[in-house]
Amino acid sequence: MQQLYNFAVGPLAWVAWAVFLGGSAWRIASMWALARKKDMNAVAYMDVRFAARSMARWATPFATLGWRANPAVTVATFSFHTALVLLLLFAPGHAVLWDYAFGVNVWSLPEGIADVLTVLVILLCGFFAWRRLQLPTVRYVTRPMDWLVLALVAVPVATAFLAKQQIGDNLLMSTLHVLSGEATLMALPFTRLSHALFSPFTRAYMGSEFGGVRHCPDW
Amino acid sequence: MSATEFSGIAERRIEDANLIRGVAALTRERIERVVKAVTKGEAGARLAVYHETCMRCGMCADACHYCLSHGGDPTYSPVGKMEQTMWKLLRTGGKVDPDDIYGMAQIAYTECNLCRRCVHYCPVGIDTGYVMSMVRRICHRLGVVPLYIQDTAHSHSGTMNQMWVKDDEWIDSLVWQEDEARGEIPSLRIPFDKEGADFLYSVIAPEPKFRTQLIYQAAVIFDQAGVDWTMPSSPGWDNSDMCMFTGDYEMMGRLKRCHFEMAQKLKVKRIVMGECGHAFRSVYDVGNRWLGWKFHPVPIVHSVEFFWELLTEGKIKLARKFDEPVTIHDPCNIIRGRGLMDKLREVTHALCSNVVEMSPTREHNLCCCAGGGVINCGPPFKGVRLAGNKAKADQLAATGVHTVVAPCHNCHGGLEDIIHHYKLGMHTKFLGDLIYDCMEKPGAA
Amino acid sequence: MSTSAATRLAPSGLPETPFAANAAAAPPHSTPGDWEPGRRVIAPSLAPLPGHQWQEEPHMSPDGMHVAAVVRQEDDSFTMRVDDGVWDASFDKVWSPRFLADGRLAAIVQQDGEWTVAVDGEAWPETYGFIWSLCSGPAGRLAAAVQQDTRYGMIMDGEVWETLYENANNFALSPDGRRTAAVVQTVPLGQADIETFMRGVYSVAVDGEAWEQNFMNVWTPVFDNRNDRVAAQVRLSHAEYTVAVNGAPWPATFPCVWEPCFDPATGAVAAPVRKEGRWGMALDGTLLWDARFFQCWSPAWSRDGRHLWAIVAPQYGRFTVARDAAPWSFTAPVVTDLVLSSDGTRAAALVSNDNSDWQVVVDGVPWPGRWEMAWRPVFSPCGQHVAVRVRDRARETVLVDGKPWRDAFTTAWDPTFGPGGAVLLRGVRDGACERWVATIDDFKA
Repeated sequence: MQQLYNFAVGPLAWVAWAVFLGGSAWRIASMWALARKKDMNAVAYMDVRFAARSMARWATPFATLGWRANPAVTVATFSFHTALVLLLLFAPGHAVLWDYAFGVNVWSLPEGIADVLTVLVILLCGFFAWRRLQLPTVRYVTRPMDWLVLALVAVPVATAFLAKQQIGDNLLMSTLHVLSGEATLMALPFTRLSHALFSPFTRAYMGSEFGGVRHCPDW
Repeated sequence: MSATEFSGIAERRIEDANLIRGVAALTRERIERVVKAVTKGEAGARLAVYHETCMRCGMCADACHYCLSHGGDPTYSPVGKMEQTMWKLLRTGGKVDPDDIYGMAQIAYTECNLCRRCVHYCPVGIDTGYVMSMVRRICHRLGVVPLYIQDTAHSHSGTMNQMWVKDDEWIDSLVWQEDEARGEIPSLRIPFDKEGADFLYSVIAPEPKFRTQLIYQAAVIFDQAGVDWTMPSSPGWDNSDMCMFTGDYEMMGRLKRCHFEMAQKLKVKRIVMGECGHAFRSVYDVGNRWLGWKFHPVPIVHSVEFFWELLTEGKIKLARKFDEPVTIHDPCNIIRGRGLMDKLREVTHALCSNVVEMSPTREHNLCCCAGGGVINCGPPFKGVRLAGNKAKADQLAATGVHTVVAPCHNCHGGLEDIIHHYKLGMHTKFLGDLIYDCMEKPGAA
Repeated sequence: MSTSAATRLAPSGLPETPFAANAAAAPPHSTPGDWEPGRRVIAPSLAPLPGHQWQEEPHMSPDGMHVAAVVRQEDDSFTMRVDDGVWDASFDKVWSPRFLADGRLAAIVQQDGEWTVAVDGEAWPETYGFIWSLCSGPAGRLAAAVQQDTRYGMIMDGEVWETLYENANNFALSPDGRRTAAVVQTVPLGQADIETFMRGVYSVAVDGEAWEQNFMNVWTPVFDNRNDRVAAQVRLSHAEYTVAVNGAPWPATFPCVWEPCFDPATGAVAAPVRKEGRWGMALDGTLLWDARFFQCWSPAWSRDGRHLWAIVAPQYGRFTVARDAAPWSFTAPVVTDLVLSSDGTRAAALVSNDNSDWQVVVDGVPWPGRWEMAWRPVFSPCGQHVAVRVRDRARETVLVDGKPWRDAFTTAWDPTFGPGGAVLLRGVRDGACERWVATIDDFKA
């Protein structure tokens, strides 16, 4: 098990990062090339100013009609993504890895706060799962891919929590955490998690069209 | 899990002669070939990214008047409709049955007005209107298009207008309206083909066919405002475009080329369009792109904006105001499509002494449920529009007024239908109706 | 224009400009004295004559010797004012006046609800249900569209086609002005009769005789230089377009095509065609220019058939002119009015950003200066000089080789080149209608 753990945090981590970075770059580059080939009647309207305006609006809780109409989702979405990014970058355990892998000294979250954020993400995964099961408008359009991406986020966070809280075999949980985290990293460019790559473009495009052509807010 | 609970379009199929005829001629192979040709050949990154990025969060359900009117039925939500159509086609690579195409056509042509209200609800910026248009494109290429709108598209191709109006009938309508209007304004003239005029005034074919009084009114307004205008005597006068809505983009391009080239040939500075929404979308935003023009080669001005100019520049003076309370309906194609919500209000307030806003309003206003070609799918689908827009009926009723200002032909048709069906005791007015009624007419006999 | 100006049609079916036929056909000079340099006043004042309620836009004869305008008289009847007199006859309506190559003045007139043509004030003996699209060629014959008892066709010098049809549009005249053609609907079409429509109800009638073949759609018939064969765009099914020559379609089909044109030397037919979302040019059905443009239209051949020109868009939203598939490096958002020198080795076109800042581009090089509006360029017969009517701040003038005339009009007409570098200018100046014969030296930077 220790060997597996060492492999996971060692070579496999480099593979995971390579797949994530390479895959993401390839997906964005190939999608952009496809857009230039087939979608010039959309790409031509991209406008940095209107894109930024739209992104800023939608990055602000309750600043759009959609956010206001769905307050629970708004709170959940913003908390979820904020907590996830904070944990990814600044969880105390991750800080060690930044140092170990790249020799960079990264500020890390206080233990208590990291614990709270971890629990928060787990609860929010539960909230999203509840929506997919209970709300007809969400349940009707939920497909296996949606469960997969939810699991890809929930499992690494849950195993981190178990490992941290010393529940179950610590090494096993740690290993599972690292492996599942790497799976998520590698899956990101190739599953619906790719919204992390592409939604800035779709948002920017919608903002550009509504700002530059339609002269109407898109929020 | 969803299929058993909500069967969606399967349980609300409506008979349409051309959908039946079209589907009967399909094979699975042909469907797969056409789906691939459209999704891989014509479409590109935009469609692929929307498919991948849509998080199926369901937030858009509250945006759609169909979904709101059907008690939140998820099969009517924007994402629910994409799920039953394009998402399914992409997931299966087009391996679906002819029967499935029937339902997809019915959803795409009659259960989505392409109004884009859902844009205001989607955090990642999925354009449902675009996705449903691509479903229509597939249906068009498969020959599965509702009868009435297909016939209208054929009219466009045969006559370059929406209503099978023959060349001489158009000229005759103008001569007739000029004659009629002279009874009121003796010096009134409808100038044909006046090269170098300030603007070309273009209308949709239902005006010469059924609503000639609108041409009369426009002529009186322009004449009394003293503006330099013209109308073409030959094809290119009609700015409407149901081909854009059937998915026949080649014909859409042909229509818009004809329209713009007429304006270029007459060397006018701008095109002013009558109070129509879908035609504005076609000329201002969609048709020009298919032709390779990034923006319209001749500036396009919708009547709302033009009336605003006439009023603010003092070219029209009002003899009185319209005293009854009115409310304002915001047509999607000129509000979400052009941002005319402020000018629409300024013009309405200038004309009416008592304006009661709807809720929601402006760019968040609910759709009329007629646009996007839905009303043009004809009588078989009228019930879809009536049931699908109870939300609008409730919204109208809550204003407590009897007059709705709606500067769009399709909105008029759609709103009049729900007003009648839900017994709201209201009626609709164009801005042109109000201006004609309230303006000073110094040239009147 | 090198290639048959009289037969170049806009998609609307009308000649490119109302006077294209006349301008091309006008003799360079009718009497030697006409080209004496200097000014001649044709009408000292264009103010309405006493007893006229109104006067419409004036038209000047191509030789600049006469000016005419539709006028409405005190008794509400219409007639034509020519110089300082009026026609003896008056009518219920007069419109669409135009000078013929031989100097006669024709117009469409209506009396007691019936329509006909009047030439120099004398109406044709027969009347018709409707007459429109009046045009003429070098032979001085008058052709028009006609409707009689709700049957449609064309009329030439008072002689109606032997066969009339359900409908007719897209009217064309042969280069010699002696033959007529139009798209005709040969089969009645019931309401929403999709299937009959798709089997094909349209054809082309040449001098009244329809091709044997019917098509789903037919547009822009055009004659060859021998006034013999006719080519047109045809649609075989919703997604299959091609070109038919004398009724025989090319074996190859395309997702879309634009207007065909005949190679004057060989009689081959070229037409822009769409392929995989881009445009190229096909010759007799085979791809001649690779489909790499975002747009390609308005094709024109040099007289010797060596060069083929067209307006193209090498990038999305950027247009220019291409000769033999090679585009000029100068591009602009809008390009119109492609005109070739008489031998077809040079070309001029108009370009603008937004229809308010026109520039003239000759052989890929823009002339200095931008103008509110510019009219179709005119090449001198030798092909060395180009003249263009332009407007700026309510004044119109003429540019020759990029240099403006030393004076300006309030309204001008297209210039004409005469012998020895003379340029005929026609316009209204200080209220007077004038003709000027200028020399190249009168145009200075």
